[in-house]
Order: sequence, then C-alpha cells, then structure tokens
Amino acid sequence: MIGVIFAIDPMLEGNVLWTPLLIVLVKVLLVFVVGLVATMLMVWFERKVIAGMQNRVGPNKAGPWGILQTLADGIKLFFKEDLIPERSDRFMFRLAPYLALVPAFLAFAIIPLGGDFRDGKGGLVTLFGHQTRLQLADPPVGVLFALAISSIAVYGIMLAGWSSGSKYPLLGAVRASAQMVSYEAALGLSLGAVLLVSGTLSTAGIVNMQSSIGNWNIVATGFVPFVIFLIAATAELNRPPFDLVEAEQELVGGFNTEYSSIRFALFFLAEFMNTVTMSALIVTLFFGGPQPISIGNTTLDIPFIPNAIEGTIWLLLKVLVFLYIYVWFRATLPRFRYDQLMDLGWKILIPGSLGWFMLLAAQRVGRDAGWDQILVTLVTALVLIVGYGLLLAAQHVSRVNREKDGASF
Amino acid sequence: MELFVFVVAAAMVLVGALGVVTRSNPVHAAMSLVLTLFGIAVMFVAHNAHFLAAVQVIVYAGAIVVLFLFVIMLLGVDRAEDLSVEPITNQRPLAAIIGVGISAIVIAAIVSSRAGLGASGEGVDKTTLESPDANIRQLARVIFSDNVFAFEITSVLLLVAVIGTVVMARKTKSVGTGK
Repeated sequence: MIGVIFAIDPMLEGNVLWTPLLIVLVKVLLVFVVGLVATMLMVWFERKVIAGMQNRVGPNKAGPWGILQTLADGIKLFFKEDLIPERSDRFMFRLAPYLALVPAFLAFAIIPLGGDFRDGKGGLVTLFGHQTRLQLADPPVGVLFALAISSIAVYGIMLAGWSSGSKYPLLGAVRASAQMVSYEAALGLSLGAVLLVSGTLSTAGIVNMQSSIGNWNIVATGFVPFVIFLIAATAELNRPPFDLVEAEQELVGGFNTEYSSIRFALFFLAEFMNTVTMSALIVTLFFGGPQPISIGNTTLDIPFIPNAIEGTIWLLLKVLVFLYIYVWFRATLPRFRYDQLMDLGWKILIPGSLGWFMLLAAQRVGRDAGWDQILVTLVTALVLIVGYGLLLAAQHVSRVNREKDGASF
Repeated sequence: MELFVFVVAAAMVLVGALGVVTRSNPVHAAMSLVLTLFGIAVMFVAHNAHFLAAVQVIVYAGAIVVLFLFVIMLLGVDRAEDLSVEPITNQRPLAAIIGVGISAIVIAAIVSSRAGLGASGEGVDKTTLESPDANIRQLARVIFSDNVFAFEITSVLLLVAVIGTVVMARKTKSVGTGK
C-alpha cells in the first residue's frame, strides 16, 4: 500500500487500496497541470525578460502584461494547416513530436515539489491518513531515471530531422544527436559527484541531506560539478549558447524546419518543459530543492505558512533563479562554433568532471581510512595534474603528427 | 499482475526483434531494436532489478542505438534496401541452419537443466522505504568486491576496443595527405 505511493512496488504485488491509488492519480494530474502551466509561464517569462534585456516591450497584448501570450500562440498554432512533406517518412514524422514531448513530462515526475524536510521529517506529509511525499514518483533508481529520460529525448529530435526528408532538418538532427550524446557523459559524471556525497540515488534522499547552506551539494561537492552540470545541462537542452541544433542563420530552423501547426507546438512545448525540468533538477541536486535557506541553525522561515507548503515556495524561488539564468544566457552569449562545442565537451568537461569525481572519491576513502585529508587532497591533485598534462601532451603530439601529414586546421 | 506485465513485455521484445530483421528500412529496424530494449527494461523492473533497467535504457537505448542511427544518417544508407539481391551468396540457408541450431542448443540446455529451474538463489535485495538503495548497494558490493577482477578486465577490454577503433580509423600517411 505504501509501496504504491512511493513507487517501490511497480508490480502492485501488495494489497492495493483505493486511497493510495487516488492519491497517485491526483498527483499525476497535478504534475501534468503544473508542468503545462509552468511551461506556459516560462515561454512568456523568457519573451518578456529577453525583451527587457534588448530594450523592447515584449508581449503585452494578451491578458495583463501579455501573460496569456503563450495561450494565444498555442490556439493560433492549433488552427494552422498541418503539413506533411511529400518526401517524409510519414509514420516517423508523426511519431517524433510525441517522442520529444513524453520524456519532457516524465522527467518532471521525480522532482520533489515540496514537503517538509526539516527536523529529519524527510519530506513526508500526511494526506488522508497516508504518509506520502510531494513528488509523483520516488523510484529506486532515483536520479538515474532523469538521465535515462534525457537520453531518450534525443530520439524525438533525431527522428524529426531524419523523417522530414530534407537537408537542413537532417543536418540539425545529426548535430543534435552528436551534441546530446557528448554532453550526456559530462552530465552523468558531474551527477556522480553529487551521488558520491549524498550516498543515495533517491531525489528525496538527496534533498534531505542538504539541510543548510553548508550542506548544499554545491558546497559539499566543491562547486566544480555544479558548473559542469550547468554547462552540460544547457547543451543537453540545446539552449543558447549551445543551440547549434536550430541555428537559424545556418539551418533555417534546424530539426523542426518542416514541422508546422500543432506538431511544431509539441516540439516547442517539449523544449521549454525540458528547461523547467532541468532547472528544477539542478535545484534538487545542488541547492537543496524545497529546503528553506538556512545557515547553521538559523532558518529563514516564512511565517504563517505550513512548512510543507513553504517547501514549494522555496523550490519555486530557486527554480526561478535558474530560469532567469537560462534566459540571461540566451540574451548575452554568442553561439559556439561546432568544433568549440566538441572541444569543450570532450577535452575540458569530461576530463574535468572525471578528475573531480576521483578527487572526491579519494577524499572519501581517506576519511574512511583515517588518512590526513590535506595530504590525500594534495596527492590526488598532483596525480590529476600529471594525468591532464599527459592528455595535453598527447593532443599536442597528435596535432603535430597530423600537420606533418599535411592536414591543415 | 506479474503475468500481465510479462506478457506485455514479452510481446514488446518479440515484436521489436521481428521488426529488426523484417523491416527493410534501417531506421525503422533501429527503432524496433529500441522497442526490444524497452521490453527488456520492463522485464528487469518486474524482477526488482531497477538499476539494471535504468542502465539498460541509458546505455543501450540512449547511447548505442542513438549511435546506430547517427551512423545510418551520416552514411546516408537510410533508404530501403533491395532484399532480393544477396551480397553474400548462400547466406540465407546458412543463417537458417545456424538459427535452428542455436534454438536447438538453447532448448536442449533448458530441458536438461529442468530440475534446477525451480530453485531460486539468494535473490536481489528488495527496495524498501527504509533503505531505498538496497538493490544498488547489493549490486555494487558484488561487482566491486567479489568480482572486481572480472569487472576491471572487462573495462580493459572495452578500452582496447576503443583504441583499436581509433588506430583503424586513423588515416595512414599516404592517404592522409589527401591529394
């Protein structure tokens, strides 16, 4: 029964009562609606903020401050003509938007959306006499679920580009798949640092460990994994400055060039939904999720609001910061060149996250074995520097060899 | 419930596997392979091997098949193949013989070890509310303590494969001048 609520009994082997099932159904509905509304507001937020940064007004006609602009756009897209190109692969062309949309929704399921994590309560709230968490699912694989989902998301983009049967979408799709597969490695490795420090895979468990700012994983893992995760997540989302997938100046519109009407809207929705989900994931992993901001024993408490709902408010505020950062990136940073993108991913982020992971692991082993922490850190750092030096030397030699062979770069 | 899940997952696996061999379009075949891999992931979940299910999706569906698709798209072999022309003569009868032979071996192995099939080993540590990571802990302990040598050897094997690919893909000097 309790297994149903926590999704640790996916086969429904235990006795199933109606109340837990109803709670799960309500949660599914809630997460679905919250996801859609958040995406709608995110599109508006992005347009409004970017307009402000570019000294424009932005959407201001539909609703107060143009807040209903996305709704208006959605309705407009609904009534547009739906085109399927003559040379397309019809089945895949129809399937692709859903392959992009469904993972975007699924990833939202494991984010703790609120709950009281103070005083060791572990985010549990009581609903109709049942203890539960304010998150749709807490699967045993925890954050790996998010990784699995984000690795599926690439199919939507790839198949959309390929099935369109035209050049530019195909180029966009090939770029997208290479980029997403490359940066997933860095994403996973920097996630490894968080898992190493937290000692658990469950998102609720990870949030539970981060009770005060000193325990937030951004501090506990030493800042570097966070930076790598943020960069890799931006690349994974295909957002600027990594939006080579749909570089308008080069590829018309990238993988979705041939899409129109509601199918285009689905891609659009998935993209913004992924941005919201990824921001929430960053907050969950590195910034304590729904935990209030507290330094030492002093907690910043919002008065008159129950702690469980306060968690949602804190999460919202933290997520807003990252959504703003993403918009900020888009407004200020120029797009990467393709070779720069690959160099950054493979030569800096992946070795960097791997090295930092080794450093954290060595410190942990040292703590368990009772070695001198400073000495362990110094020795590990030395080994890593020597390793990176060898890597650089190897790259240099290979470049010299290629130049000798007559290749020019 | 367990039977129902098994039937659905098995149907996914079989339909996908048949799709891989019967679809003439390579991209469709690759997508059928994804269906098969998902079916296997569902089976893993049904056996409480959650971690394996996640890794199945991340590694196979998320990376390997994406790489297949990438190569298919990059090389432009994404049109339907003409299956009436045989690149290797006699491959069909040979394939049929090998297929029947392998099925016979598998069936023979199952039949001969019928007595042991009902027995269950230690089993996996089930995930509980108190220890949500029990399954992964157990797996990690088995891999990194009891079978650490096999694990390291496998990783060396993978490394050798990667280096071998790089060496083979590298252009030799005479070709590398690109004239």
